[in-house]
Amino acid sequence: MINYLPILILFIVAVGFAVTNVALSAVLGRQKPGVEKLSPYECGIEPIGSARERFSVKFYLIAMLFVIFDIEVIFLYPWAVAFKSLKVFGFVEMVIFIGILFICYFYIWKRGGLEWD
Amino acid sequence: MITITHYLVLSAILFMLGVVGVLIRRNAIVIFMCIELMLNAVNISFVAFAYHLHSMQGQMFVFFTMTVAAAEAAVGLAIIVAVFRNKETVNIDDMNIMKW
Amino acid sequence: MTFNILSILPILVLAGFGMLVLVVDVMSARKLGEKNLLAYLSLAGIVIAAIVSRNSTATTLFSFNETFTIDNYALFFNILFLLSTGLVILISHSYIKREDINHGEYYALLMFSTIGMMLMASGADLLNIFIGLEVMSISIYILTGFKRSKLISNEASLKYFLLGAFATGFLLYGISLVYGTTGTIDLRQIASFVAGKGGVKDPLLLMGMGLIIVGLGFKVASVPFHAWVPDVYEGAPTAVTAFMSVGPKAAAFAAFMRIFLTAFGSSHYEWQKAIWILAVLTMTVGNVVAISQTNIKRMLAYSSIAHAGYLLVALVAANNMGVSGTLFYLLAYIFMNIGAFAIVIVLSQKGDVGMNIDDYAGLGFKHPMLAIAMTLFMFSMAGIPPMAGFVGKFYIFSAAIKSGYVGLAIIGVINSVISVYYYLRITVIMYMKEPVRDFHPLTISPLIVVAIAIAVVGTLHLGIFPSKVMEIAQRSILTLR
Repeated sequence: MINYLPILILFIVAVGFAVTNVALSAVLGRQKPGVEKLSPYECGIEPIGSARERFSVKFYLIAMLFVIFDIEVIFLYPWAVAFKSLKVFGFVEMVIFIGILFICYFYIWKRGGLEWD
Repeated sequence: MITITHYLVLSAILFMLGVVGVLIRRNAIVIFMCIELMLNAVNISFVAFAYHLHSMQGQMFVFFTMTVAAAEAAVGLAIIVAVFRNKETVNIDDMNIMKW
Repeated sequence: MTFNILSILPILVLAGFGMLVLVVDVMSARKLGEKNLLAYLSLAGIVIAAIVSRNSTATTLFSFNETFTIDNYALFFNILFLLSTGLVILISHSYIKREDINHGEYYALLMFSTIGMMLMASGADLLNIFIGLEVMSISIYILTGFKRSKLISNEASLKYFLLGAFATGFLLYGISLVYGTTGTIDLRQIASFVAGKGGVKDPLLLMGMGLIIVGLGFKVASVPFHAWVPDVYEGAPTAVTAFMSVGPKAAAFAAFMRIFLTAFGSSHYEWQKAIWILAVLTMTVGNVVAISQTNIKRMLAYSSIAHAGYLLVALVAANNMGVSGTLFYLLAYIFMNIGAFAIVIVLSQKGDVGMNIDDYAGLGFKHPMLAIAMTLFMFSMAGIPPMAGFVGKFYIFSAAIKSGYVGLAIIGVINSVISVYYYLRITVIMYMKEPVRDFHPLTISPLIVVAIAIAVVGTLHLGIFPSKVMEIAQRSILTLR
């Protein structure tokens, strides 16, 4: 356990530094809230409309595609762990698997699923 | 000491929360999230069993459940978006064109 | 590591053709001529898959550490699925053109769904069966909502999806409990565990079994898990309705029988009671509610529920005659049901107009051939000799009597008599009433005519010469236990 002592010290120092700074700025700083200060910061430009707008459906499409490809990669982990014992068979299977994913990607691309407009 | 029973009880509670959510909520997306909760509750029980039995099959099953859930999520969202485009609502009480 | 490429060859062929259809579709310019090509390409895929399935008949093949098996049972179902998908492609061709949903994805999804069914029939462990079920269902969720711009199709799809995913949760929890109590997901190892304990005594295992019944009961459309059936059948594109009333039902029964006869075969007293109740409820509710339907698709939906009930009777009997009778019945059901839906498609107009039973008035005078074919399918579903449906019901009910379930058989026969009413009503309307509408334009093409012809020949052939197919069915079930 003693080996982890430096990490504990670092942790305490880091937390202490952050807390101290926040506390100091709250205590020492002058607070004059106004309309301008409380409005959302949009690169210095005047905010337009409400932030609670409906998202474009295109985000959903991209999210769906992302979820699929993101999760399929899950199979690479067990394969990588057992790579040595699976030998060539595992390799070929994974090439086929990635090949199928590639065909899917190609299909989505050609179908226009990745185009924003 | 956390035993397998704890995990199983947790899994059962989460599963029941999902079931109750599906039965009482009215928004299609929330219902779908409850279904996902059910699937993930089952995942917990699979992993707990796999650890308890020292068997890899359960963990393997979880991998597949997760991918299946992802595929279902994609298709489900697509269907819900299609419904919303035509109907401007995803409240399942409004899904009443067909009655027996 | 056991791996036999022959065992998964049909699946590989279908997957290859499915992806080929997708790629050809996105690569080609959007011309209608190309879309014909897609239909033929898919048919070629189905035929090649059937041919390579036939070549592997000799022995039971295993793959993937014995989690995937091609025995005669799986082979029978593979051919059955390929036949149903082939017929559905034949009847879809002109339909999806009429409804403006002529996208290449349609054929690809049909094939992917078939892959799922094959996985279900061939799975030797619960994982494969589960994945197969999901591949099949997810494809059908999409197909149900394939008429994207039509609200009714959207609604059907959403209902099917939410309820289907809900049922999947139960199935999965059941599998998890079975895994936890038996320590394995392999069906034969579960079987030896259960046999070693002298039946299912563990309440957790019992609960797992019950949850699996719920999950699969949903897929076969048994009462009380049937709420989705009429709406989904009505809302889905008619060709998809034809598809999901045969293939997925057969696949779910394939998995049902494999799980319960192989894994839990030695403790059938525990589950027979539950299935008995399901069977009686399913038959009765299906038939009684079908009587009051005015929309033909909804009527066929309830009839499909009723047929699931008859098949559950065979599962209760759980003897060789019942199981092989189920295989026979499923085959017969493919012919008569897809045939009936083909005629529904031919007689309806764009936007699925003309789905009311009264719209069939006078068909017998206007289009005698179609009316005869429809009569044939209705007689077969009602179980009137010499049609295939009669032979199937005969096998199933005699199996029930043989296993000592006389009461169940009687309920089944009474139900079948009730069903004669609403099947014959269509025939009566077709021949005894004056035509109320013009049937033109018919949605007809050479392909759909071929499909109807195959269905007619199949229905009659199985009804008049059942012994050959029955023999094959009996040989197919030997590996189940």
